[in-house]
Amino acid sequence: MSRAPDAQPAIAVSELRKSYGEHEVVRGIDLEIHPGEVFAFLGPNGAGKTTTVEILEGYRPRDSGEVRVLDRDPASADGQWRSRIGLVLQSCTMPAELTVRELVELYAGYYPHPRSAAETIDLVGLTDKRDARTSQLSGGQLRRLDVALALIGDPELVFLDEPTTGFDPSARHHAWEVIANLRELGKTIFLTTHYMDEAQTLADHVAVIVAGQIVAQGTPQTLGGRDRELSNISFTLPPGSALSELPGALASSARVGEDGRVHVSVNDPARSLHALAGWALDRGDELGDLTVGRPTLEDVYLRLTDGQVHQE
Amino acid sequence: MFAHQFRSDLARFWRNPQSRYFTLLMPIVFLVIFATIFKGHTVADGRRITITTFYVPGIMALGIISATFVNLTQTIVTQRENGEFKRLRGTPLPASIVIGSRAVVGVVVAVAMSALLLVIGKLVYDVRIPQSTMLGLVVSVVLGAGAFSCVAFAISTRISSAEAAAPAINITVLPLYFISGVFVPESQIPKLLRNIATVFPIRHLAQALRATIIQTHGSGIRVTDLLVVLAWGVAGLLVAARTFQWSPRGD
Repeated sequence: MSRAPDAQPAIAVSELRKSYGEHEVVRGIDLEIHPGEVFAFLGPNGAGKTTTVEILEGYRPRDSGEVRVLDRDPASADGQWRSRIGLVLQSCTMPAELTVRELVELYAGYYPHPRSAAETIDLVGLTDKRDARTSQLSGGQLRRLDVALALIGDPELVFLDEPTTGFDPSARHHAWEVIANLRELGKTIFLTTHYMDEAQTLADHVAVIVAGQIVAQGTPQTLGGRDRELSNISFTLPPGSALSELPGALASSARVGEDGRVHVSVNDPARSLHALAGWALDRGDELGDLTVGRPTLEDVYLRLTDGQVHQE
Repeated sequence: MFAHQFRSDLARFWRNPQSRYFTLLMPIVFLVIFATIFKGHTVADGRRITITTFYVPGIMALGIISATFVNLTQTIVTQRENGEFKRLRGTPLPASIVIGSRAVVGVVVAVAMSALLLVIGKLVYDVRIPQSTMLGLVVSVVLGAGAFSCVAFAISTRISSAEAAAPAINITVLPLYFISGVFVPESQIPKLLRNIATVFPIRHLAQALRATIIQTHGSGIRVTDLLVVLAWGVAGLLVAARTFQWSPRGD
């Protein structure tokens, strides 16, 4: 994504802090998100994600630090600023008595330059349901309606707080398409999630928050030095062979894991595989379950959050 | 923007079976039940009147309170706790419209309810419809509806969940209906209970409404009663302005 280096960031945060009583939940974080970027904010429950987002959305006061969202301080936000921002909160009940179209048209009336209601309903894939009362929608459909309400004002910046939590896999993929459509529209998107595949698929830029502090930032490809890490090769030793018989350096660096397979980390995957394949063929063996992989975003995330993911 | 929001809130009120039956049907049911059980005459304002002339304005007070205080308290607590208010505060819609529109729905329903009860009173029980005192009746209905809406804003801040709203509302209004001359003729209520009822606005609203139906001369405006109702409304508004919340409890 190319942009002028001096472009005004959509969101700029420095040294943000927030405590509830004695407990400091946001402990000095810095963020910079550029216009048109999809930013994913990752972290375990209770790490301070929602508190941070709600400070940026203007719902919560901060204790200290600088926050600029669309060049305004959200703590003193007005209707004009709100009209440039779309929100999907972590949970919200839709008015059961209204239809999809009525609700979207109602929200359209709140904004100075709304998008077309029909188009917006179509964008989130609810055209078939436009005349249904919201009480007749599934959980995934309600969440997409929520996204439609966030977009109806044609905002520059959209906050999506865990937009797919509780979705089944097909609903999640549908929601991803909707978010990918938003990127096409040039919106800046601030997404919180605890699904790594979501961040991997959607985000240009990710940051991981643990216990109120940002422990890593980067692209999904480079987070936590992931791009510089070694490739992992694993396979099952052919019958009648030993680790020490492996070719070259593999003989000393390989080890047998708990799963009974051989695991080895290399920085020259092509060369190592070539040697390994030649070795097996010379022996007249196959390496049927050979896999080559890199640490996934999830591996990196689990390491960064160090088991805290499962606390809650 | 207000008209836009008001139309939507009115549609929601009308489409919600709970608000429709409780708010619209219940006062009529009460009127029919009390007019059937109790017969003959009673005394109010030193005059001998038919029991139905006593009950129509009393139940009118109940209708106004159901449409505003009961309905609005339930609506505010529910929509605050389910996150709807919080979401609306994230849009450019001014807070005054969020609240004002819902309150005006209550006032409009209260006015419609009062008219309906008056017509039923006339057609079924031959209760006279005010002539010269019509102004007093309209003033009492609108002022009562407005004041009880304001009290709803204040009470809603003390209720922590949608489930707790109905019991909290009922424990507030039901005993007062009994001692305020809504369910039981005033002449049968012990003086002590009547004095307790005098502190609260329900008895004053019922008296103000009743006067406009009993009196045949003048504007029918009962200044003292209406001032007490107004005072409760202003107090409610002041409390609400200081303590009103948009986000769910524990948020």
